[in-house]
Amino acid sequence: MDKKETIEKLKNIVKPYIKNQEAFENITEKTDFIADLQINSANLVDVILDIEEEFDIIIDNQSMERMLDIKSAMEIIEIKLSEK
Amino acid sequence: MKKEDIISKLPYSKPFLFVDELLHVDENGVEGCYAFDENLDFYKGHFKGNPITPGVILTEVMAQIGVVCLGIYLLNDTFNKNTTIALTSNEIEFSKPVFPNEKVTVISEKIYFRFGKLKCKVEMKNEKGEVVCSGTIAGMIV
Repeated sequence: MDKKETIEKLKNIVKPYIKNQEAFENITEKTDFIADLQINSANLVDVILDIEEEFDIIIDNQSMERMLDIKSAMEIIEIKLSEK
Repeated sequence: MKKEDIISKLPYSKPFLFVDELLHVDENGVEGCYAFDENLDFYKGHFKGNPITPGVILTEVMAQIGVVCLGIYLLNDTFNKNTTIALTSNEIEFSKPVFPNEKVTVISEKIYFRFGKLKCKVEMKNEKGEVVCSGTIAGMIV
């Protein structure tokens, strides 16, 4: 899966939970879920669960804590997919 | 954990404790009840001369029984006096009024419990067995 495709999928996943439209429209690998997109911590759990469903992976507590921006999310998704 | 132990661990007291008894609890859900005393303070103002239980109070009853009690059961010994919990979202539909002295039963089914967040499908019934309100409520450890 290429990066562009993964970002596009992540964009669709975070869409219902974002509070900052401008940051959402300009999403990059550096975009932080909480600081930039202003997703609250409760909704971040739903983002993680939606990622699990979309990519058919299981995200453990340790990975969840690292998943703070698009870049780390992409890395974790890649690792989990390769472990399958 | 025993049902009585869950109630004693609840971080609420009068006039904001809205759980009388738990009827059943397991890792997938909980069922409990609460009776509305006619002397509860909010009936004096909601509404003037026409006491009806406010929707926010019904939501609170559903959250305390359906999410907090289940959460305490699921967390077991990890839940203590220093644990801070918060309501994070709810979406409730109200179908019937609840009057003073009515007793309601709350039935809650776990949707998920992940990363400290508990989300449940919750329903409240009156003594006739009619659904008075239903929806989803989520809370988490903060």
